[in-house]
Amino acid sequence: MNAGFITGHLQTDVGPVPQISTVWSFQDRLNTMKVRWSIGRMSYRVLPGIYAVGNPDKSSRVFVTGNYKLSFDHLRRALIGIDGWLLVIDTKGINVWCAAGKGTFGTKEVVRRIRIHHLEKLVDHRKIILPQLGATGVSAHEVKHMTGFAVIYGPVKAVDIKHFLEAGLKASDQMRLVTFPLAERLKVIPVDVFYGKYYMLLVPAIFFILSGFYPGGYSVDSAFTVGWKSTLNLYSGYFAGCVITPALLPWIPFRRFSLKGIVTGWLAAFLLLWLNTLGGSIAETTSWFLMMGGLSSFMAMNFTGSSTFTSLSGVQKEMKTALPIQIAMVSVGLAGWIITRFLAL
Amino acid sequence: MSRFTYLTDVVTLKLDPEKCTGCRMCLIVCPHAVFEIEEKKAVIRYLDYCMECGACAKNCQEGAITVKSGVGCAAGILNGLIRGTEPSCDCGSGGNCC
Ligand code: SF4
Ligand code: SF4
Repeated sequence: MNAGFITGHLQTDVGPVPQISTVWSFQDRLNTMKVRWSIGRMSYRVLPGIYAVGNPDKSSRVFVTGNYKLSFDHLRRALIGIDGWLLVIDTKGINVWCAAGKGTFGTKEVVRRIRIHHLEKLVDHRKIILPQLGATGVSAHEVKHMTGFAVIYGPVKAVDIKHFLEAGLKASDQMRLVTFPLAERLKVIPVDVFYGKYYMLLVPAIFFILSGFYPGGYSVDSAFTVGWKSTLNLYSGYFAGCVITPALLPWIPFRRFSLKGIVTGWLAAFLLLWLNTLGGSIAETTSWFLMMGGLSSFMAMNFTGSSTFTSLSGVQKEMKTALPIQIAMVSVGLAGWIITRFLAL
Repeated sequence: MSRFTYLTDVVTLKLDPEKCTGCRMCLIVCPHAVFEIEEKKAVIRYLDYCMECGACAKNCQEGAITVKSGVGCAAGILNGLIRGTEPSCDCGSGGNCC
């Protein structure tokens, strides 16, 4: 584990506590990029426990976060110039919101960490500050009941912590909202792009092989000329769903992500129709519209997982109708396209 | 600030005004400003903004709020369907994804 952010140790009543830097090193930045792009599948964690920023004492604030290194990094960076304690709980290296949803950032773990690190000896007040998004897993009154520590929910974003402290532990309405602006959406796109993983290579490969067939024979030439077009069509459908749809989310009509996906998938198909890669016959072109629409629709629907406003009930309702339609579109399209390989339609 | 609305009239959020003491905790924890206080009691003002995260129910001392909480994630629901379990979001890609 890379712990280059530890600059020293502080002697306290509960033993030595590592002191950490509030500045990101080059390594921190590089790793943040890598994590965003899912490079290396690294588990990006810090050791749970107590950390010190600045020179805290018994009256200093206690900030709780998960042991996903990005959460930890954002918090320590936001605390520049502040003397405080960090209580890092074990969320298995997962960010606060997701961990709260799963219950790993939860009442039990908060209580357990308060106890094993003897927080009551480290500070003489009885307040801990949690990120608001932890509230999904933590019950403030239960923590209070079990440990005597009152849970104060801080702002959604670590960057607002200073304002929150200056305002006397009050977050403005804006600071309490989870928004989903373009910049945030772009940040989470890589997750969905890599959803397909090796299928993204395997499926085009199969299309290359099938592309060699034409009514009456097989030609390697055709495998290439038709094959690259097929690959382009497939990737366009895929990216229309997992990149274009999230990026343009509020501007694409319909509320259902699956419908938004069909819109972008078909827009891409129209563009390719114009570029002449959807094949020569109506049967072939229709097949591509079905495949691209279905694929894009599925990938767009997948983005509900990265979005910050879709409810379980809503997604379940959407999937009930969308999934069968997507499967039908892709299979009918695929069957149609394969038939055009062998029959002149 | 533009706010997104997903499907309307599907969420399972309910509030029992009898039990509510108007402590405002639900207003504090809700990431979508679903609640407002009216006559010293919380009311569900924007039902369709609710994402069923469950934070309000979990932090209401009076047990006035109920919601069937979970993660609104298609991949998770699909996982559950395939494995025959509840929706589970273990896609294993670390911290970015749930
Ligand atoms: S948290 Fe419960 S008691 Fe407090 S205002 Fe909300 S509904 Fe009422
Ligand atoms: S479940 Fe979450 S989004 Fe819905 S009202 Fe409660 S806190 Fe707000």
